[in-house]
Amino acid sequence: MANGKWQIASLKIAAFLDDLLKAHRVFAPVKRDGLVSFEPIGRGDEALLGFRNSKRSPKEIFFPCSETLFAYQEGEITVVPLLEERRVIFGMRPCDARSLILLDKVFDAPDYQDPYYVARRENTVIIGLGCNRPLSTCFCTTVGGGPFAVDGLDLLFTDLGDRYLVEAITERGEALVADSPHFREETTADVNLKAEIAARAEQAVSGPSVEGVKEQLDGMYDDPFWDELHEKCLGCAVCTYLCPTCHCFDIVDEAVNAQGRRVRNWDSCQFPLFTLHASGHNPRPSGKERMRQRMMHKFRYFVENFGEVACVGCGRCVRECPVNLDIRAVIEAIRTS
Amino acid sequence: MSELEELLRETARQLLAEGSIELVIGYERGTLPLRTTPCFIRDPDQVERLVWNASCENNLATYLHRATGKVGIVAKGCDARSIVGEIVERQIAREDVVIIGVPCQGVIDRTKIEARLDGRDVLEADVSEGLITLRGEGFEETLNLGEVLSEGCVTCHHRDPTLYDVFIGEPSGGAVEDRDEYAAVQALEAQTADERWAYFANEFSRCIRCYACREACPCCYCAECFVDQTQPCWFGKGDDLSDVMAFHIVRAYHVAGRCLDCGACVRACPMHIDLRALVKKLEKDVRELYSYEAGLHLETVPPLATFQPDDPQEFIK
Repeated sequence: MANGKWQIASLKIAAFLDDLLKAHRVFAPVKRDGLVSFEPIGRGDEALLGFRNSKRSPKEIFFPCSETLFAYQEGEITVVPLLEERRVIFGMRPCDARSLILLDKVFDAPDYQDPYYVARRENTVIIGLGCNRPLSTCFCTTVGGGPFAVDGLDLLFTDLGDRYLVEAITERGEALVADSPHFREETTADVNLKAEIAARAEQAVSGPSVEGVKEQLDGMYDDPFWDELHEKCLGCAVCTYLCPTCHCFDIVDEAVNAQGRRVRNWDSCQFPLFTLHASGHNPRPSGKERMRQRMMHKFRYFVENFGEVACVGCGRCVRECPVNLDIRAVIEAIRTS
Repeated sequence: MSELEELLRETARQLLAEGSIELVIGYERGTLPLRTTPCFIRDPDQVERLVWNASCENNLATYLHRATGKVGIVAKGCDARSIVGEIVERQIAREDVVIIGVPCQGVIDRTKIEARLDGRDVLEADVSEGLITLRGEGFEETLNLGEVLSEGCVTCHHRDPTLYDVFIGEPSGGAVEDRDEYAAVQALEAQTADERWAYFANEFSRCIRCYACREACPCCYCAECFVDQTQPCWFGKGDDLSDVMAFHIVRAYHVAGRCLDCGACVRACPMHIDLRALVKKLEKDVRELYSYEAGLHLETVPPLATFQPDDPQEFIK
């Protein structure tokens, strides 16, 4: 494992990204129409450094909300080639990086490798940005992460004011920095300062413990608990689509006569259509079953299958739910039920 | 607790206790500053949860389609108009709903606050006497409530319910501000078709197809939405802009003459899409063509649900 540490002046970040742009497609946080999102940039100074987190999760850089798998015309098939370009994501938050570790368990498992996802993962280096000031809706520390956690990252940047401390997490991360003229030796003082900032940030994060939640859920499938919980849920997909760990999809053929394409689109367990059978029968006919599924998948089935909860505590669903159905409160209610 | 809330809770308690309703749909305190959350109360002892304030941003009428039995519902002006629409369209029966009308000072548009604070996290918020005070780590800011109200609320002329069984408190009176409610629509109308297309294309390019707009809307109650149909499949389900725009345009047409600009779709949209521009234009057209405003009367047949020989029809060429 790599363990190099450097510092870079804040004013040099743009030049560093410009250098990366010569050989990579670079994604960075940008503000468009008032919303922060990770998008390909054309110049280093387009990257936004002072942001809290993006509205949409950067999972879509690996698992896009729509992707064409192949097209066909009169029996002739055109396959969409797998991604070959080299990519760098700059500024990913540790919660979102951790979500990739969880998505890997689904899309890059011993028994199944999703070629589209795997190609994108292999070709993408991830530069993380520690969270000096987590939001009040963040709860990463209660679900196995932290504002300066390094799971899923190749490099970690920490904002120290006029400079950043840079820590290599993997060798391919280190390789991005090693030959760059913009980085200098770190100082012990900076390393200590980072440790202080990280400790403070960690302290600022709170949320419900997920300990014992899986065991509670094991016995709750038919519990009356689910009867009323869903009542206020509108049945939209804000929570699942903004979630960095939700990964359900639908594959459809968009065809006219003998011409068409096969597309993979995000799908949500909160939609009735998600489980509607061709016969007309729906095994999850109401919000009750759909809400139960969301909680069970994240905190029971995923734990059974992969040993971890499928939540990184980014708080997007907490902030964006149109009716303030707060997953933290649901976790707490399950724990104490 | 305000006097209004005290009255609201007492009314809900009575209605539940005497058995005239089985359920009250109202708002309770949310888990975040500036948020309330819809609540469903069946036990008279639980009415203390009910609140009424400028953060009651959801249109509760959207829950009536799925409710069974006799339901009491807390309704501000727009919620009540939506309920009128649901009764007129025979989605609910008048006798199955007890409308607890409340006066409305307008509801907060959180995106306006977000824009003002530019990423700073609100930890506490107070509203009093037309001012809103926001506090967070190292800052405190006081704004006029009018600056952060939903666009539709500022010029709303029907802040008090037009239909109710019980009305609580004092009527709100006219609009919060005396300005033209169609100013934004007129600005769009003045643009060229290409400019408008570019505007809407940019807005809808942010759509993630979560359908929060549809689900929040009391007018959107189709058992199967056209966009979900697969046989035939009218639209692609992906992020192709033409499919996304077609969904929003067709949805806007489906609610034309029925939408009353309650703003629930706008507030539900996580991507801050200007959905209002589209529906407000249709609302304006219906008003100009048929002198009709939705949700005001139980007896008036909605113009797009009827035909008369003298209807304007210059558009038929």
